[in-house]
Amino acid sequence: MRSSKLISVVPRTLPESHLYSFHFIPTLRSIDFFQSLSAYVAVSMSRQPYVTGTSVLGLIYEGGVLIAADTAGSYGSTTRFKSVERMKAVSNNTLLGASGEISDFQAITQLLDRLIVADAMWDDGNDLGPLDIHNYLTRVMYNRRNKFDPLWNTLILGGVKNGVKHLGSVSMIGVHYVDNHIATGFGIHLAQPIFREEWKENMTLEEGTRLLEKALLVLFYRDRSAINKIQVANVTEDGVHISQPYALKSEWNLEAFKNPTASAAGSW
Amino acid sequence: MSMVFAPRMAEAAPSSHAGASWSPYDNNGGTCVAIAGADYCVIAADTRMSTGFSILTRDYSKIHQITEKCVLASSGFQADVRSLQKNLDARHQIYQHQHNKQMSCPAMAQLLSNTLYYKRFFPYYAFNVLGGLDNEGKGCVYTYDAVGSYERSGYSSQGSGQTLIMPVLDNQLKSASPLVLPPRESSTPLTENEAVDLIKDTFASAAERDIYTGDGVEIVIINKDGIRRETMPLKRD
Repeated sequence: MRSSKLISVVPRTLPESHLYSFHFIPTLRSIDFFQSLSAYVAVSMSRQPYVTGTSVLGLIYEGGVLIAADTAGSYGSTTRFKSVERMKAVSNNTLLGASGEISDFQAITQLLDRLIVADAMWDDGNDLGPLDIHNYLTRVMYNRRNKFDPLWNTLILGGVKNGVKHLGSVSMIGVHYVDNHIATGFGIHLAQPIFREEWKENMTLEEGTRLLEKALLVLFYRDRSAINKIQVANVTEDGVHISQPYALKSEWNLEAFKNPTASAAGSW
Repeated sequence: MSMVFAPRMAEAAPSSHAGASWSPYDNNGGTCVAIAGADYCVIAADTRMSTGFSILTRDYSKIHQITEKCVLASSGFQADVRSLQKNLDARHQIYQHQHNKQMSCPAMAQLLSNTLYYKRFFPYYAFNVLGGLDNEGKGCVYTYDAVGSYERSGYSSQGSGQTLIMPVLDNQLKSASPLVLPPRESSTPLTENEAVDLIKDTFASAAERDIYTGDGVEIVIINKDGIRRETMPLKRD
């Protein structure tokens, strides 16, 4: 909402718009105003995250890129939301997955929607590929870090363009890299070692999915913010397909769980 | 809603603000080394990228070629390093448009220093070694701190393994005191291949004891014939 009284402080350009250009300026929303204000006044938007997602995992296989995440939105130590989309198709051949603050991820997907539309409107036969979007997101995250107002996410960006597969990560302060297998958060500690042992070149879709599921199962056992409801996304040159959420088979029928108080002595 | 346009105020957040704190910096580790010769320059850096006690990737290049004869190796905070590289690239492009030639290595050395000092009050957390051939075709190495103080020398190391490698280089390469007469050259009387072997030895040694150095070393050699690259694996633990 704008009133004419705000003319003196309305910025001439959108935040981050120096990073892309359009021929039209979409409606200035109050969130953009607030963010751009941070360049003039100390505004703390993201001093701490509220609703967060845990690990996102990704790997390259023969046909493209596989990215997986659970569908939990935690509110501190509570599993507040259990059907959160933490992966979104950015374009026909690129997918973004995010861990960290869910609202910041949603703001990023809105930003990318506008970017993709603006790029498509050039209608010049060339569209942004996963490498371009990875680079763009790195600049966005780094610029926000420079303003001391980070987007509290670690992003995983994967896709295929002209036969070249791309899988990369960007952190909330702009640290970015590309690899054959990537994980965020707890996945760095629990999933990456599994990938380093078992990933190989040109895995089939089956093999890739099984490897991701194996890592996700370990995360379900060991990461307290993970839930057993996951989605796996398959990104190929032809399109992005995100599976419906499903559960993994987990084993809880262990001896130690059968009679939990057996070894308890005293009142504790 | 009425707002007054005001310059950025530093003390807006209350001091008892609870919640996760974050740092705009991270140390992604790594070591860079460069050695200058009579007509060559060798620049090397390991390929490990870390955060905290984790390895993010084993195959990340810290070396960036800015001009035909000038190569920058930087360790420290990777996002700042990449941003610095892009900044210098952009400035070099402008220079080429304005002067119709590439920047010389000494000119780039000064530009890097100025670029770093420009952010004196929110520094690029980057530890740089610039290497290349000077205007006379001799090898030159420039070494920097995070805010732009720099010096030309015959050899240097920066980064997490700096303290492990520098004494070895001093032992092998240190030239006579500048007070000695007649004046001695600052560059090294090693051959190109001997310099490359020395680099490989120093990285293998640093990787033994520095947890942030390892996985692989990328070596770039610049001489009058151009630029060539070599890689060597390092311990992955």
